[in-house]
Amino acid sequence: MCTVCGCGPGETRIEGAEKRNGKAGGAVHSHDHDGHTPAHHHHDAHDHGAAGHGHDHHHYGTGPAGTSVPGMSQARLIQLEQDILSKNNGYADRNRQVFADKGILALNLVSSPGSGKTTLLVETLKRYAQTRQCYVIEGDQQTANDADRIRATGVPAIQINTGKGCHLDGHMVGHALDHLAPDDGSCIFIENVGNLVCPAAFDLGEAHKVAILSVTEGEDKPLKYPDMFAAADLMLLNKVDLLPHLDFDVSTAIDNARKINPNIKALSVSARTGHGIDHWISWIDAARIMQLAGHPVLNAAE
Amino acid sequence: MHEMALCESILGILREQAGRDDFSKVERVCLEVGPLSGVETDALRFGFDVVMRGSLAEGATLDIVTPPATAWCWPCSETVAISERFDPCPECGSHQLQVTSGEEMRIKELEVS
Repeated sequence: MCTVCGCGPGETRIEGAEKRNGKAGGAVHSHDHDGHTPAHHHHDAHDHGAAGHGHDHHHYGTGPAGTSVPGMSQARLIQLEQDILSKNNGYADRNRQVFADKGILALNLVSSPGSGKTTLLVETLKRYAQTRQCYVIEGDQQTANDADRIRATGVPAIQINTGKGCHLDGHMVGHALDHLAPDDGSCIFIENVGNLVCPAAFDLGEAHKVAILSVTEGEDKPLKYPDMFAAADLMLLNKVDLLPHLDFDVSTAIDNARKINPNIKALSVSARTGHGIDHWISWIDAARIMQLAGHPVLNAAE
Repeated sequence: MHEMALCESILGILREQAGRDDFSKVERVCLEVGPLSGVETDALRFGFDVVMRGSLAEGATLDIVTPPATAWCWPCSETVAISERFDPCPECGSHQLQVTSGEEMRIKELEVS
């Protein structure tokens, strides 16, 4: 269970609800008669008070109101139309603003466990970090192994352990950014928890999700986990050095991904041999220019 | 997916809303959950009961409305019904579809007292 996820319920608790709930027992609806509660309009009730129950003052449906506390207003409807992940999206928007202000390209790398995400990232950083300041935010349920592997390349990294959580959320990434204090114009790689399901729904404020699919996994993975491939802008087919030993058909895998997401780009890479890493890096550069067009960091550096 | 996390998120919103709208008990929560949202409604119901226990929404009824999944078919230039993301257009068989509804994950309304 992800008690830490996307919502920062802690904040909500502190700010209002808990306090109000706490006093609710003693001073239920002490706000009476301030006029904003439709259910307090007792005297309007009689024209539609269900036969024989005019004294009940039911206004909005009779079912749940039957459980109301004597002396308290009846149940009322609140039209909310609020996204369940709105809290997370708020944190993600804040991160996005930080990235925009500082001219940072942030990429969210997602895959199933064992796709070679960290190895690919290490190989990418060995080349890319020579030309640009990079940072890595590592998400795993436990251990700091991956951040250690990244730090060995000389790139600053911070490890987030989600504990029982299955994904990174906007709030965690916001804290990680506070710790990393990234330079203007840098590039941040967020390596999400190995999971092709949950990270699809949690916006971190990144410019793009990049899905990594290793060729040992099967061509139909995009169909099995459509949400992730719908959310990603780029699919990296990793471990292509193993293709001679496998029945994996690259074009079928790409076709499947495009059935889900007609706009997804696909690149073949091998972290082990270095095949295609240049193409991936040129995609990063292009994404950076697209993302930061008009930002002063581009004029200064390019 | 992460239904427990979603329920925690719902509880956070309920608590915040309780402060804003002055209520102390939630009787019913109505959610809109699209078929393409990745949410398993059975797991959501289970998580809801567990997470709401001991809160202002303990024992609240959970209603889930499922809007239809639709997509815009570029070749046909019209909205078509789909049931999965990888469905082809039922009219022309193309996969050039852009999902237009079905991804909803929203709290529609609350009944409170």
